[in-house]
Amino acid sequence: MTTAANPSVTAGEQKQKRTKREIDTRPLLWPSVIVLFLWMIVPLGMTIYFSFIRYNLLNPDISGFAGTENYAFLFEDPALWASLWNTLILTGSVLVITVVFGTLLAVLYNREFFGRGVARLLVIAPFFVMPTVSALIWKNMMMHPVYGFLSWLQSSVGLTPIDWFTHYPMLSIIIIVSWQWVPFAFLILLTAIQSLDKEQQEAARIDGAGPIAMFFHITLPHLARAISVVIMIETIFLLTIFAEIYVTTSGGPGLATTNLAFLIYSVGLLQFDVGYASAGGVIAVILANIVAIVLVRTVSRNLHQT
Amino acid sequence: MKQMANEKRWTTVIAWLVALVIFFPIFWMALTAFKTETEAFSVPPSLFFSPTLDNFVEVFARSDYLKFAWNSVAVSFGSTLLALAFAIPAAYAMAFFPTKRTPGTLLWMLSTKMMPPVGVLIPIYLLFRDMGLLDTVTGLLIVFTLINLPIVIWMLYTYFKDVPGEIMEASRVDGATPMQQLFLLLIPLSLPGIASTGLLTVILAWNEAFWSLNLTSSQGAPLTAFIASFSSPQGLFWAKLSAASVMAILPIMIVGWMSQKQLVQGLTFGAVK
Amino acid sequence: MNHRFLTASLAAVALTLSAESGAETTLSIGTVNNGDMIIMQKLSQQFEAQNPDIKLDWVVLEENVLRQRLTTDIATGSGQFDVVTIGTYEVPIWAKRGWLEGLDNLPADYDVDDVLMAVREGLSYEGKLYALPFYAESSLTFYRTDLFEKAGLTMPDQPTWDVVKQFAAKLTDKDAGIYGICLRGKPGWGENMALISTMVHTFGGQWFDENWNPTIDSPEWKNAVGTYIDLLTEYGPPGASSNGFNENLALFTSGKCAMWIDATVAAGLVFDPAESQVADKVGFAQAPIAKTPKGNHWLWSWALAIPTSSDAKDAALKFITWATSKPYVELVGEKFGWAKVPPGTRKSTYENPLYVEAAPFAKPVLEAIQTANPSDQTLNPAPYTGIQYVGIAEFQGIGTQVGQMMAGVLAGQMSVDNALRSAQSSVKRTMRQAGYPK
Repeated sequence: MTTAANPSVTAGEQKQKRTKREIDTRPLLWPSVIVLFLWMIVPLGMTIYFSFIRYNLLNPDISGFAGTENYAFLFEDPALWASLWNTLILTGSVLVITVVFGTLLAVLYNREFFGRGVARLLVIAPFFVMPTVSALIWKNMMMHPVYGFLSWLQSSVGLTPIDWFTHYPMLSIIIIVSWQWVPFAFLILLTAIQSLDKEQQEAARIDGAGPIAMFFHITLPHLARAISVVIMIETIFLLTIFAEIYVTTSGGPGLATTNLAFLIYSVGLLQFDVGYASAGGVIAVILANIVAIVLVRTVSRNLHQT
Repeated sequence: MKQMANEKRWTTVIAWLVALVIFFPIFWMALTAFKTETEAFSVPPSLFFSPTLDNFVEVFARSDYLKFAWNSVAVSFGSTLLALAFAIPAAYAMAFFPTKRTPGTLLWMLSTKMMPPVGVLIPIYLLFRDMGLLDTVTGLLIVFTLINLPIVIWMLYTYFKDVPGEIMEASRVDGATPMQQLFLLLIPLSLPGIASTGLLTVILAWNEAFWSLNLTSSQGAPLTAFIASFSSPQGLFWAKLSAASVMAILPIMIVGWMSQKQLVQGLTFGAVK
Repeated sequence: MNHRFLTASLAAVALTLSAESGAETTLSIGTVNNGDMIIMQKLSQQFEAQNPDIKLDWVVLEENVLRQRLTTDIATGSGQFDVVTIGTYEVPIWAKRGWLEGLDNLPADYDVDDVLMAVREGLSYEGKLYALPFYAESSLTFYRTDLFEKAGLTMPDQPTWDVVKQFAAKLTDKDAGIYGICLRGKPGWGENMALISTMVHTFGGQWFDENWNPTIDSPEWKNAVGTYIDLLTEYGPPGASSNGFNENLALFTSGKCAMWIDATVAAGLVFDPAESQVADKVGFAQAPIAKTPKGNHWLWSWALAIPTSSDAKDAALKFITWATSKPYVELVGEKFGWAKVPPGTRKSTYENPLYVEAAPFAKPVLEAIQTANPSDQTLNPAPYTGIQYVGIAEFQGIGTQVGQMMAGVLAGQMSVDNALRSAQSSVKRTMRQAGYPK
C-alpha cells in the first residue's frame, strides 16, 4: 500500500499525531448536525406546545391553555399500559427474531453455492414491499382462515386451519413484521460478515475449530458492532409500527395488538384532537429515548471500539 | 475435496429452500396479479389458471403510472444522494476523529427519528403550506433526506469503523490531507458499505407512506399514493392491487439486482490487513 | 394566502393581456376507490371534452387515508382540493365549521327535487344542502336461495334477528365449508360498529340518552351484542373478528355464507357473474329487526362537496352537478350497463324501466333507503342523528375503541358484560374530555 521510501517518516508520524487532534472536523460534521437540529427542534417545540393546549381541528370552539389535562387524560386511559406493554413485546420479539435469523442467514448466504446472487435477492425482497401491501398479502392471501394459503396447506394435510388473527393476533403481527425486517438485518450483517478476516478463519480451522466454535468465537464477535446497529435502527422503526396493525387487526381483538402508535391514532388522530395526539407523541418520544439509552448501555459498547 | 463438494451441495439446497420460503408470499402476490378477481380468493387456491393481463391494462388505464414512478425515483434517489452527501463527511469525522462528545452526538442524531410522525403532522403541514411545498417533489425530497440522514450516518459510521486504522494511518504518513483520505481512500475502500447503505435508504424512502400520502396529492405523489388508490373498503380489488404492487416493487427490485454485484464483492480491506 | 396572491397576480396578468381568455382551470378531486367512482373517473373524459377550459386532476385514496388527508387540508385552509368526496357523517359536521360551500343556487335542469328526500336531508345542515349525492346505500339481508330451498326454509320480506338465528343454526354446515351467517367483525367505527349500531337501535337501545350520557351498559345493548356474538361464534366463519366488508364479500361470492347482512352496494357485486360465483342464487330481504323497526338499517351516501378553501368554485360546481345529474346516470347506463348505475340517489333512476329490469334489487334497495331515518332512529328520544354512527366529531374515536372491545369478545378474550362495562367507562371518559354534556 504505502511506499516506504518516504524520507520523513518519523517527522510524518509526529505530524500525524498532531493532525489527529488538531484537524478541524466542524465543516464535516456540522452540516448534518445543523439540519438535524432544525428538523428536531421545530416539530418538537411545536408538539410540546400543542400538548399543553386544547386544540381540536374538527372543533375550534375548544381552545385555550389545557395545563396537564391532555397528559392526565392519557395516563387515566387503561389502554395506555396495555399499549406500552404491547409496544415492548412487539419490538422485543421482532428484534430477537430478526437478529437471530439475520445472522444465520448472513452466515449461510456468505458461503459459496450455486445461484447465490439470485437467492440473496429473493431473501432481501420482502424489504422492498410496502408495509400496507405486505400486511394485505399476509392477511388475505396467507393467513386468512378460509381462503388463505396457509389454511389450505393445513387443511390439505387434515388439520384445522389456524385462525391467526383471532387466536394469535400478536404472534401474527410479529410474523408479518419480522418477515419484513429480517432482510434488513440480513443485508447489513451480510455486508459486515464479508470483511471477516479469511486468514484468521483459516488459522482457526487448521487449529481444529468446528463450525459452531468458529461461529461463536470468530464470526459473532466480528458482527457485534453491526448487530448493535441493526438493533438501534430497527428499534426506532419498530416502536412506531402502524400500517401492519391498521390493515390487519385494527389494534384488536380487544387491546391485543394496540401499540402506542395505534393508540395515539385511535384516540388522537381519528378525531383530530391535536392536543391529545401531541401529548401521546411526547410520551412516545420519552419512551423511545429510555429504550435507546438502555440499548446504548447494554449493546452499543461494541459501537465505539476500534 | 469430496467432502467440500458435498458441503456445497447441501448449502445450495438449504439456501435455496430458505430463499424460496421467504420469497413465497411475494411470488403468490405476483401470481395473483395475473388472476381474475374471483380466482384471487377461490378455495382451494388456484395454482393453475389461464393468466390474464387485464389487471395491468386496467391499472395503466386508470392512473398515470409513469408519473408516480418518476416521482418515486426522483424522491428516493435524490434524497439518498443528498443524505449521503451530508452523512459521509459526518461519519468520517466521527469515526476517525472521535471526541468525548461523539457517542452522545450519534445517539442524539438517532433520537431525532423517534418523533412519531402522527404527532408532528399538523405543524409540518402548516409549515409546508406557508412555504408552498405541499404536493411538490422538492418538499418530499427534503423530508426524506432528513428522516433518513441519522440512519445513513449510523450505518456509514460502523462501516468506516471497520476500515483498519493502519491503512488510514499509512496514507496520512504519505502526507494525504483529510479530504484526499476521504475521497481517494475511504470512499473507494468502503464502496460496498456505502452501496448497501444507499440501497437501504432508497428502499426506506421508496416505501415511506405516511409523509408521502399526507404531504402530496397529485403532482408530487410517489408510488405509495399509487398503491393507496387501488385499495378500497368496498369492493374486491386484490388482483388489481397485486398488479399495482408488482408494478410498484419492480423498479426497486431491478435496482436491487443491479447493486447486488456491488454487494457481493465484499469489503476488501479485511484481506489487506 | 398563497392562493390569493396567485389569483391576484393572475388577474393582473389577465388585465395586461386583456385578449387572453379561457385560461385553463385545474380541478383537484379527492375521491375513494369504490366501483362507482372508478366509473366516474373513466367517464370524466366526456366532461373534459364538454368543458375544454377545465382539467381534472384525480387524487384517489383509501377511505380512511382520504378522510385524514382531506381533514388536514381543509382544517388548515390549504386549498389543495376543489372537490371532495365525503359521506353523510362528515357533511353536517364540516358544514357547521363553515368548511363547505352551501349549494342553494343549483341550475334548474339539475332538478334537485328528484334527489331522494332521505339522502338530501342527510347531506344538509340547518336546512341547507352542502353536498350532492353521488350514490347512497342502506343495509339489506342477502341470502342464498339454493341453500334455503335445500333446507326447506323461506326468508320473510322482513326477518327478525330471532328468525335469522334459527335459520343460521339450520344452514350452518361447517364440514362443507358453509357458514350460516357472515357479519362484519373487523374493529372500526365504519366496520363492525356500523352493524352493531343498527342492532342496538332495533333492539331498543341507543348510544346516548338525552343528556349525552352513554348508555352502553343498558340491557338493550346486552341483548343486541349478545345476539351478535352468539351468531358469529356459533354460526359464523372463522376469522370473523378481522372480517370487514371486503372479506365478507369474498366469502359470500365464493359460496361460503348462507346469509350476509351488509351494505346495499353489495347487491350490484353479488349479482354480477363476473365477480360472483353465486350470482344466480342470491335473494334479498330487509335488514332484520328486533324490538322496534326503527334504526334497523343504515343510511350512507358518498357525496361530492366543494370546500370553501377551493379557488375554482365555479368549475367545481359545474363538475359536481354533472357527476350527480340525470344525464350522467343515463351515460353510465349506456356505457357500462344499467346494473352499474350509481344507486340510491334519484327517483328518476328507479322510475326508469331499463334500470328496474337490469337490477332486480332496485325495489328493496329503494325501500330501505327511503325508510331509513337518521333523525328518528331510536325507540326513546336521543340527542344525536345517524343510524350506524353518531353525528359528532368524537364518534370516530369512540366507535373504534368500542369496536375493538367487541372484537375482543368475539375472539373470546372477555365476556359481553365486561366488554360493555369497559366500553361504557371509556366512552364516558372521552365524552367528558370533549366537554359533554353540553
